[in-house]
Amino acid sequence: MLLYILRRIALALPALFGLVVLTFILSRVVPGDPAATLAGDAATPAQIADIRARYGLDRPLLEQALVHVRQVVSGDLGNSLFSGRPVSLEIMQRLPATLELTFVALVFATILGVALGLVAALDHNGPIDHLVRIVSVGGLAIASFWLAIMLQLQFSMEWNILPLRGRIDVIYGMPHRVTGFLLIDTLLAGRPDMFLDALRHMVLPAITLALPGLATIARFTRSGVLEALQKDYVLYARAAGYGRFRLAAIYVLRNAITVTVTQIGLLFGALISGAVAIEAVFDWPGLGTYAVQAILSADYKALLAVTLVVGVVYAVVNVLVDVAQALIDPRVAQRAR
Amino acid sequence: MMPPLLEISQLAVTLPGGGALAEILDDVTLKVPAGCITGVVGESGCGKSTLLRAILGILPRHAQTPRGGIFFEGHDILPDRAAGVRGRIGFVPQDPYLSLNPLFRAGDQILEIMRRHAKGSRAEHKARLVELFRAVQLPDPEAALRKYPHEFSGGQRQRLLIAAALSCEPRLVVADEPTTALDVTTQREILGLLRELTRARGLSMLFVTHDFGVLASLCDDVAVLYAGRVAETGPTRAVLDAPAHPYTRMLLACHPDRAADLAGIPGAVPPATAQPSGCRFHPRCPLARESCAREVPVLQPIPGGRAVACPFHAEALPELALV
Repeated sequence: MLLYILRRIALALPALFGLVVLTFILSRVVPGDPAATLAGDAATPAQIADIRARYGLDRPLLEQALVHVRQVVSGDLGNSLFSGRPVSLEIMQRLPATLELTFVALVFATILGVALGLVAALDHNGPIDHLVRIVSVGGLAIASFWLAIMLQLQFSMEWNILPLRGRIDVIYGMPHRVTGFLLIDTLLAGRPDMFLDALRHMVLPAITLALPGLATIARFTRSGVLEALQKDYVLYARAAGYGRFRLAAIYVLRNAITVTVTQIGLLFGALISGAVAIEAVFDWPGLGTYAVQAILSADYKALLAVTLVVGVVYAVVNVLVDVAQALIDPRVAQRAR
Repeated sequence: MMPPLLEISQLAVTLPGGGALAEILDDVTLKVPAGCITGVVGESGCGKSTLLRAILGILPRHAQTPRGGIFFEGHDILPDRAAGVRGRIGFVPQDPYLSLNPLFRAGDQILEIMRRHAKGSRAEHKARLVELFRAVQLPDPEAALRKYPHEFSGGQRQRLLIAAALSCEPRLVVADEPTTALDVTTQREILGLLRELTRARGLSMLFVTHDFGVLASLCDDVAVLYAGRVAETGPTRAVLDAPAHPYTRMLLACHPDRAADLAGIPGAVPPATAQPSGCRFHPRCPLARESCAREVPVLQPIPGGRAVACPFHAEALPELALV
């Protein structure tokens, strides 16, 4: 098992290396001159050339790429062209907000999606099944930013039962930062009232972010359960007198869930990119708003770092998915040997 | 005379679907006397599997049983499709590779059956299961409890499933061609094991097969099924030595061990949605006459404890039909 995990990690490394090189080259071949942006509108050509030389932007692209890779490998993500502060610092400040939101959305989508998929499959072609299918098509079809605004209008403006934006009410301020995750830090600070407030702030953005994922998970679970129900071992278990509940919720679901788990790993990428739009609507101080800012100010250092961090998170999640896969199916780790 | 342990009486099973009503079984009557092995033999699609599913209470949800009953230990178990008799009827499935869930330990899967249907604590169940593993000659019975299905060979998995069938101390075991998925050597071992275990424990068995060789080596009695109806019944030896129904006669003539020249039966098994009128075998039968298309033949007793559903069974088959 340990060997299997190490192998999975080793396989993720070349992908991340590729990501670093590719995003760097992409950031440099797209139109737009970072030196000119940096220098400002009133800069003379001489000033721009000076900046270009200072940041090494006048070197050949390949050489720049090598320098960039060397910096990244040594842990240096460079300074923001916009604020001048280390990019890694800025990202570390914002990453927990996004991770927290994504994680809550993912847990919500997984629990509800798996439950809905299971119930729908057991009611194959029945009313519940149809309802779940309609909901899941809707969940995929509805644009997140539109849903976000609708939820805000209804729950915050009309009914005034949930906060409109932000991570926590301004009257509280931020709790002492330990992990950066508000749901954890508020509890560590011994402030259940702040925890509840942070949780209330989480509801609308998390639901918005979770909906497409929930729909996907429900669909995959549904088809996985339907497929598993056709297997000989289910017929055999029924003949041998397994209980209905155990058969559905444990015996069949475990087989069905293998596909779903893979999907969850892939979904995580979609969730993070979805967070960009949703963070903007809910004024969520996360990586998404930071990325938008970086794009608008042509801050390629910040942008590269964001891409890399998202890539690392994605890779970590998918290693975790592989491990989960191996825990669910005893044959997986063996096959990989 | 003791009443039979299992008695299937005039059972009919239909499956609605696609506008047509499929008559899978019609008027099936057969008995499994206590301590006997009864074989059910027939081609694919004759309704063997449906018969087993009816006995085990796992007919498809939309299947209907308009007539008949299945009496086990004197009670009709057909209406109660769910539980009740589980545990008292053991089941050995056809395919040992597909019948165990690959994600759960084989031992746990059997223990779950015992948890629901056998008396005693989990520790007692485990002890009994290890005993059973030993009885079915599984190597290293203690370790087998903790292994996953993929860690066993096909023959070993069938042994596991036989142990599972016996785990709740049933009086009756039903087996669905349990050797077809195995290679010939393993087949012989598994058949020997089944014979030995049923004898030693005084069990009855309903054994479904399409293989006359298996039938001859294992079963005391036999019922021949054709297109969802019983063509003939009787002691296996007698039926195999002197088949009465034209279908059985032609089927046996097809068997490579028996026929010098491999014969065939003209035509094909009718689809269950379009069963012929009268005798369902009449379109393929060389003895058929006009009345066969009208009248449904009933099982008539003939000497030797046998019965045959053909009024013309005494007539010789024309030589031509066997070529």
